[in-house]
Amino acid sequence: MSVSGTGAELRLVAPGEAIGAASGVRAGTGALIQGSEIIATRLGWVQQLNGVISVDPVNAAYMPRSGDLVIGVVESVRNNLWFADVNGPFNGLLPMSLAPWKVEFGAAREQMDVGDVMLARVQEVDEAHNVVLTMKGVGLRRLKEGVMSKISMNLISRLRGENDETLRSLKEASDCRIIVAENGRVWVDGGEDGTAFMRKVLDLVRNQGHMANFSQSLATLMNDAPGGVA
Amino acid sequence: MGGYGDIQLLREDGLRLDGRKVDEMREVVIEAGVLPAADGSAWVKHGLNIAVCAVYGPMEAHPRKIQRQDRAVIDVRYNMAPFSTSDRIRPGFNRRSREISKVTAEALESVVLVERYPRSKIRVEIEILAAEAGTRCVGLTAAAVALADAGIPMRDMIVGVAAGKVEDTVVLDLDKAEDNYGQADLPMGILPTTGEIAFLQMDGDLSVEEYNTCLEYNMKAAKEIHAIQIDALKRRYEQKMGGGV
Repeated sequence: MSVSGTGAELRLVAPGEAIGAASGVRAGTGALIQGSEIIATRLGWVQQLNGVISVDPVNAAYMPRSGDLVIGVVESVRNNLWFADVNGPFNGLLPMSLAPWKVEFGAAREQMDVGDVMLARVQEVDEAHNVVLTMKGVGLRRLKEGVMSKISMNLISRLRGENDETLRSLKEASDCRIIVAENGRVWVDGGEDGTAFMRKVLDLVRNQGHMANFSQSLATLMNDAPGGVA
Repeated sequence: MGGYGDIQLLREDGLRLDGRKVDEMREVVIEAGVLPAADGSAWVKHGLNIAVCAVYGPMEAHPRKIQRQDRAVIDVRYNMAPFSTSDRIRPGFNRRSREISKVTAEALESVVLVERYPRSKIRVEIEILAAEAGTRCVGLTAAAVALADAGIPMRDMIVGVAAGKVEDTVVLDLDKAEDNYGQADLPMGILPTTGEIAFLQMDGDLSVEEYNTCLEYNMKAAKEIHAIQIDALKRRYEQKMGGGV
């Protein structure tokens, strides 16, 4: 998933649409070989990179992969484990052994209760989509303040930019702490003005993130950032 | 069959009661992404039929006994609004809506790549707001657009169309009078790019020749509706209103 900000001609295709001949290229995500042709399986933009033809979907559900940084919301608590909604089809399971605290059996609720938000990493995903989360790692913690918001999966790379450049300049401009998790959730914590500015940025990403002139629109918006752009 | 006395469904000039030619479809208008709360949605107006479809998921399948370890299940709920017809329909599930939900789910399972999402459920809600014959086809057409809008991977789109027979003449896309007083009705779910048939029901009798004509008409109509589906989807993302919540 890398939408470069070049604004090159992108072709929007629908499921079943032929996007090229199957010879000499491989079918990547969102594409399928059917007979002698490659067809799209999703609504999205066609991309061809290193002999792999794929479709970058305009809208997709989050499918967890191990190593992903995710923001989860606790859905239920058992004696020694938590279940968290990670914006995917299945809840993530956080066992006590992978949590940063050591608490008594039955006292899990004291550390994190239903509705609390956590920053975690996906430890493993098996073929049946069971997701195990971990909170052992640098920076992984319970998020106690700030604002959580959501963007669609395919716009994450747009918000981050090449090598996280866009994200870095946004952090500077808004003077906020920002986490863009792999599951489409964005966490923003900072001053009132910075948060309000980031709200505008996220709205822009949602509405125009897929457009070729997104970088320009973002630059315009950043001109009246509270922190001022360097 | 056909014994309805002097009800005349074809005019002297060979046109149908509403002025259509025998192989002419009612007007189809499709809008994608109409419901902000759903993961994907569509609104379809086909003649006087209006259907709205919402897709949610993939999500964890509940109750657990419906889960499949190797694939997703598609949970379709087809429902007609009480005000959708001239006689008020008692709200809620009935024998007919249960049947249509089942056949629609089976048709959709053949296009959706269900093996990508084991143990999950994809919820498809089809609500018929106005009915004028052929609502199961309209529902299927709407479901395909809503699924594509939700980003669910599919082998192809799917289009619901019907042909039938009135006064021993094969006609495309029956309206209410033709459906009620005609001799046969043949709704189909067609995969427009490959021409495969994922769903077929027949009400009444057709000879082999008549069936082949129906098939030919349906295929032609499927291509037309497919183009409208694709246009609706592309239009949505070219002047996008907003994705996610």
